[in-house]
Amino acid sequence: MIEMVLPAGAAVALESPSRSRRLSRLRTGDALFRALARAAALAVLAVLAGVILALVAGALPALTTFRLDFLTSQRWNPVTEQFGALAPIYGTLVTSLIAMVIAVPVGLLIAMFLTELCPLWLRRPIGIAVELLAGIPSIIYGIWGLFVFAPFLQRTLQPALIQLFGHVPGLNALFAGPPYGIGMLTAGLILAVMVLPFVTSISRDVFEAVPPVLKEAAYGLGCTTWEVVRNVVVPYARVGIIGGIMLGLGRALGETMAVTFVIGNAHRISGSILAPGTTISATIANEFTEAVGDLYTSSLIALGLILFVITFIVLAVARYLLLRLERRIGG
Amino acid sequence: MDLYAARRRRNRIAQGLSVGATLFGLGWLVLILAVLLWEGLSGLSLAVFTQMTPPPGSAGGLLNPIMGSLILTGLAVLIGTPLGILAGTHMAEYGRYDRLTSVIRFINDILLSAPSIVVGLFIYEVMVAPMGHFSALAGAVALAVIVVPVVVRTTEDMLVLVPKELREAAAALGTPRAVVIIRIAYRAARAGMLTGVLLAVARISGETAPLLFTSLNNQFWSLDLNAPMASLPAVIFQFALSPYADWQKLAWTGALIITFAVLALSIVARTLAAPRKSS
Amino acid sequence: MTSAAIAAADRPAADTADPAEKIRIRGLDFYYGDAKALRGIGLSLHQNRVTAIIGPSGCGKSTLLRVLNRIYDLYPNQRAEGEVLLDGENILSARQDVNLLRARVGMVFQKPTPFPMSIYENIAFGIRLYDRLPRSGLDERVESALRRAALWDEVKDKLGANGLSLSGGQQQRLCIARTIAVHPEVILLDEPCSALDPISTARIEELIDELKDDYTIVIVTHNMQQAARVSDFAAFMYLGELIEVDLTSKVFTAPRDRRTQDYITGRFG
Repeated sequence: MIEMVLPAGAAVALESPSRSRRLSRLRTGDALFRALARAAALAVLAVLAGVILALVAGALPALTTFRLDFLTSQRWNPVTEQFGALAPIYGTLVTSLIAMVIAVPVGLLIAMFLTELCPLWLRRPIGIAVELLAGIPSIIYGIWGLFVFAPFLQRTLQPALIQLFGHVPGLNALFAGPPYGIGMLTAGLILAVMVLPFVTSISRDVFEAVPPVLKEAAYGLGCTTWEVVRNVVVPYARVGIIGGIMLGLGRALGETMAVTFVIGNAHRISGSILAPGTTISATIANEFTEAVGDLYTSSLIALGLILFVITFIVLAVARYLLLRLERRIGG
Repeated sequence: MDLYAARRRRNRIAQGLSVGATLFGLGWLVLILAVLLWEGLSGLSLAVFTQMTPPPGSAGGLLNPIMGSLILTGLAVLIGTPLGILAGTHMAEYGRYDRLTSVIRFINDILLSAPSIVVGLFIYEVMVAPMGHFSALAGAVALAVIVVPVVVRTTEDMLVLVPKELREAAAALGTPRAVVIIRIAYRAARAGMLTGVLLAVARISGETAPLLFTSLNNQFWSLDLNAPMASLPAVIFQFALSPYADWQKLAWTGALIITFAVLALSIVARTLAAPRKSS
Repeated sequence: MTSAAIAAADRPAADTADPAEKIRIRGLDFYYGDAKALRGIGLSLHQNRVTAIIGPSGCGKSTLLRVLNRIYDLYPNQRAEGEVLLDGENILSARQDVNLLRARVGMVFQKPTPFPMSIYENIAFGIRLYDRLPRSGLDERVESALRRAALWDEVKDKLGANGLSLSGGQQQRLCIARTIAVHPEVILLDEPCSALDPISTARIEELIDELKDDYTIVIVTHNMQQAARVSDFAAFMYLGELIEVDLTSKVFTAPRDRRTQDYITGRFG
């Protein structure tokens, strides 16, 4: 069986000098690669630090000029150089709220369908289709919203809402004014579709992570699908669901292009969700390249800083919750 | 038995809502794609790929923004991918058990979903403002900032999946760490890593917000990286909001091209990653 | 007498001639974080001999093996203290280059670990690390390694096929060939047959017997029959300590320690 017997010791002795020469070369490359990888990893931290520093530096003129007024005033006047962020902040929060109010229940119901009701062979295609919604670029949502969705709302949903709630005290303020088509409601609805895939796919993942024995035990007691989902699956997956919601919320808060098309770009706070408004990101997108004067530019960057701080907090909470969940499942 | 009937009814309602919600979700996808095809296909012609963007009122194409998008995306991937792979490598290989790695992972996950318009502002502050003018390079760097977290995440995830026995077996031959990583671990994880890059490309090729004040836009043919450059998303933004019908038409056609390119990329990426689950 | 003891007693007497010492372990302690896994191990490993390390799961036998090529170095939490002398030089010293050490002390693992590349590349990979050879020289080294691992005839027509396409037993022989190809002096085998069927196991054992003409071999095994069949020396470990070491025939027929006897007669394991 053995054709060739090499005296191992002798071979090694012969090779040793060349081995150590090659080795030292390899060692240099090894150290270099290691250093590069480490530098790249630190660069990720540097990017974050850079974003914060650049935004703070850029926002400083506006923040020192207006101080806290920047957060509490809704004046936005490029001519007199008076800038306050309240209207965009309000618009950002309201549109995101509308989006979440719609996307969360719908997303959870889709997740329930995918994990409990859907035939196995259909799960993957539907799951992918829903995730493709997340893949469509936001500018497409924008152009679609402007040309198709807003006119549709103007003709149908908005008049109906005005009709329905116009005489209900309390609600009539929320749905006051003419149906413009574009406005906060439209932006919120488009955002809802955009964050739907995030809520759905994370909810589905955490639903799937519920131990089958728990579900089987509940089914064994004679629970219906709905009862199992409501009483076993959702409570068990609560942390993950909230994480998914926060992730979607982070997305909604920072979304720019889709909102810019349909929000109406009005720097005022209106009680009616049918009215045009603006959001932080839409304001920046619309006005940044046309901003003249340092204070104007700086105010827009200050808006960006506020947006970053808000989304950072929301996303940090989301990641923290999801991380905790991962540990629980993984550990 | 009444109670049971009520429970069954409630269950049926919930199931109905669940199916309805799914149809609602899928309906949007179908609706968006259908309108895109309807509006975009009619404008699709050879001229779109061979002519420059026209002034209002005359015919033209999208050659310069298509080219610009390809250049910006390509450059961004060229800058972002090596950085992302190296960072992911550090996290999965050298620093897997470090506290610093969990910090980086946390920060990276936040950057992964940070608003892209903020990235645009960041690059404006550090590149455009100091240089004094908008440039394609700034646009590419802004997109690269978006590429990095995606690639970092997938690289780390995929390398962590490479069995440690494989690394040990390679190390046991006297293989230096860097060679183990490059020749063995990368090779074992390459499908997943490629998926990450494709997903990153899909993500940035539709990005508009970070380009608005970095690479800006350009009505003309330009390959100068030091000058503003047209890109499909920026042109769509400009043309769609214009009052001119032929510009709006071109915007739809551009939207169609971008969407199907992006969807094709994500489907290819998902097929590549099919054996594992992509999150 | 157990069947393992019979097998051990049947080994030819020539193996008991006084062999040269290749590795000497002195006062070796090993830690996983704060947990001490090896305590004061002292052991000599001999050239051209097969030493089997046996003992119940968790006794530290794999850990001991993993010290000998410092593969534990890959993990920041693990550390060894004491002395391991390879040809008189302490390999635990900080000055020791671990890659060079591993080129001298090869290792085969429990599960076959072919690299995700062709059969040829699997072998050539290790050779190329340390020797720049012309194509023909490389071909020769690959062939000779595959022959030594008794795999050549089975794969010579499909050297370009992926290593993962082989059967489990073939994959393990590929891993052995890969280890031999680097021309190590010592070969460490960590339960090399535990994932294999009996026929593949027999082939590997046969191979071990042939390889010891050129190498110092250390094998960790759960299987006492296997230890008895392939080894010249046997070391019994228990709870991180080395209980006894002697000629395999002696350990299996007349163990000095009660715990050894309990283990080889199957009272615990």
